[in-house]
Amino acid sequence: MAAFPKAGKNVGGNTPFQRYKAKKANQWAHTWLSIKQHKWLYLFLAPFAIIFATFVVAPVVISIFFSFTYFNVLEAPRFIGFQNYLNLFLADDVFLIALRNTILLAVVTGPIGYIMAFLFAWFINELPRYLRAFMTLVFYAPTIAGVAFMIWALIFSGDPNGWLNAYLVRFGIIETPILWLSNPAYMMPVIIIVSLWMSLGAGFLAFIAGLSTIDESLYEAGLVDGVRNRWQELWFITLPNMQGMLMFGAVMAITASFSVGGVTQGLAGFPSTDYAVHTVVNHLVDYGAIRFEMGYASAIATILFLAMIYSKIAVGKFLSRIGT
Amino acid sequence: MVKAIKQGNKTARKVNKAAKNVRRPNRSRGGDIFIGFILAIFGIFFVFPMVFVIGNAFKPLNELFLFPPLLLPVNPTLTNFQDLMMLLTQSHVTFTRYLFNSVFITFVGTVGHLFLASLGAYAISKYVFPGGRWFFNLVITTLMFTGFVTAIPNFLILARLGWVDTYFAVIIPAFAMPLGFFLMKQFMDTVPMSLIESAKIDGAKEGHIYARIVMPLVKPALLTGMIFSVQALWNNPQDTLIHTEQLKPLPFALGQILAGGVARAGAAAASTLVMISVPIILFMIAQSNILNTMANSGIKE
Repeated sequence: MAAFPKAGKNVGGNTPFQRYKAKKANQWAHTWLSIKQHKWLYLFLAPFAIIFATFVVAPVVISIFFSFTYFNVLEAPRFIGFQNYLNLFLADDVFLIALRNTILLAVVTGPIGYIMAFLFAWFINELPRYLRAFMTLVFYAPTIAGVAFMIWALIFSGDPNGWLNAYLVRFGIIETPILWLSNPAYMMPVIIIVSLWMSLGAGFLAFIAGLSTIDESLYEAGLVDGVRNRWQELWFITLPNMQGMLMFGAVMAITASFSVGGVTQGLAGFPSTDYAVHTVVNHLVDYGAIRFEMGYASAIATILFLAMIYSKIAVGKFLSRIGT
Repeated sequence: MVKAIKQGNKTARKVNKAAKNVRRPNRSRGGDIFIGFILAIFGIFFVFPMVFVIGNAFKPLNELFLFPPLLLPVNPTLTNFQDLMMLLTQSHVTFTRYLFNSVFITFVGTVGHLFLASLGAYAISKYVFPGGRWFFNLVITTLMFTGFVTAIPNFLILARLGWVDTYFAVIIPAFAMPLGFFLMKQFMDTVPMSLIESAKIDGAKEGHIYARIVMPLVKPALLTGMIFSVQALWNNPQDTLIHTEQLKPLPFALGQILAGGVARAGAAAASTLVMISVPIILFMIAQSNILNTMANSGIKE
């Protein structure tokens, strides 16, 4: 075997393969040199990277691995191929309901929440400074407030004295109180409303901030070019100049819309009537934290994860067409 | 002469005033009214439940169950808070212990996260080195990993480490929140490299540059990371990872009260207000800095 060539020295050989090998070796030498030069950078990055690898990356890898096994925590995992996935799609009716509900929630709350976040950010951006800060707080507060969403349980209480029922009965719109949170006909709309209420998160903040950084001269140039109203301004100047922020907002919106679970459990109970608002996350919690069928739960998690990645790619393709 | 100047000033002021009244181009009055109207309607929809939460906390028990229900209390009272205190001082783990656990977990988790994430973000943002770009792309991908997807393997890993039922189980994983790292890296990209190079010429060590030059410049990013980290840690009852009552945080105790039904309605309303006020007040304090950071949050494809 040839001696390890030093960077930038003696590169080449007689046959194409030898040249290829030499070039590769040379590249590696370069990389190695660069790594040695930047040793302290790895030292800076290492603490975060190690914890990140252990608690963020490794769980996903482990989850994918367990999804091909039968694993109940007590016994060692047993490899069963695609059996978990087959069971999910062919034998588990509740999963199919959960999947349908989750897709419905994602398709409705994802885009609406996203567009709402952008439009409100855009509207707010035109307000005077203090009003802007106030409105930002108004729209963002529900997202950071955690348990505050439980107030909706009072508003949508099925009791005749529940807030909404009380007023609807009083004004003669309905005669008997509606069981908002246990009648399957009303549960999904209620969950959608509450999810939208909580959907203006990090993406919304990114939009507000992004809008305020767009160079004013671009708008002046647009005016000269004949941009006539705010909607043209939005499509041809504003949106193309904040594609990065739009992508970030999309990632946040997708993540949030696919992981609705706490809200359904908090408001409609677990399990909800007829599984009317049972989501994939609820199903995951059921098998992972209650039944301890970890292999099965991992398969559910993997499907959820793939759905998110796929949506992100699709949204990315869509966003690249903006301003054309 | 003086008169003429005064006259001039007056006209100048008039012109200024007129300029202020000139509408921005491309903004129709009808559009402005429409937008104001939409914002007002949705603003009410968004703020209404929060006002309800705040109002409920100060309602005496008879008003909580009044028909028709009231938005704001007629006779505001602090009884609910007294009830809450009493409930929690009588429980076998005291209120102060829950509060300490919550504050400790949130504080240590957040400070550790900010320190480790900013250290790593500095390296990735300011230098090109093998694996750096790759690592950052990995972080972007993991922005999509929600706690639900990783919860089960995370539990298994923590169990293997023997950390379940200790503070470590909730604090250490919180250090590695990808969102904070991502935002900090994006913000550090705006710190000019020339600043760092000139410091190097002056003989500053890397640690010194990080701590004394870069960190003060990225304060907005630190505050943003703080909000997201506090939000995640403060609101989490951590009931799967911590089983010893003495180590449980406040949201868990308050969740128990919330589940207490009608008899605990007053205390539950008070406890909800206590829980939500911490992240909201922090956000209010840090707001302008946060928006500063989010301006750099774009994902470049």
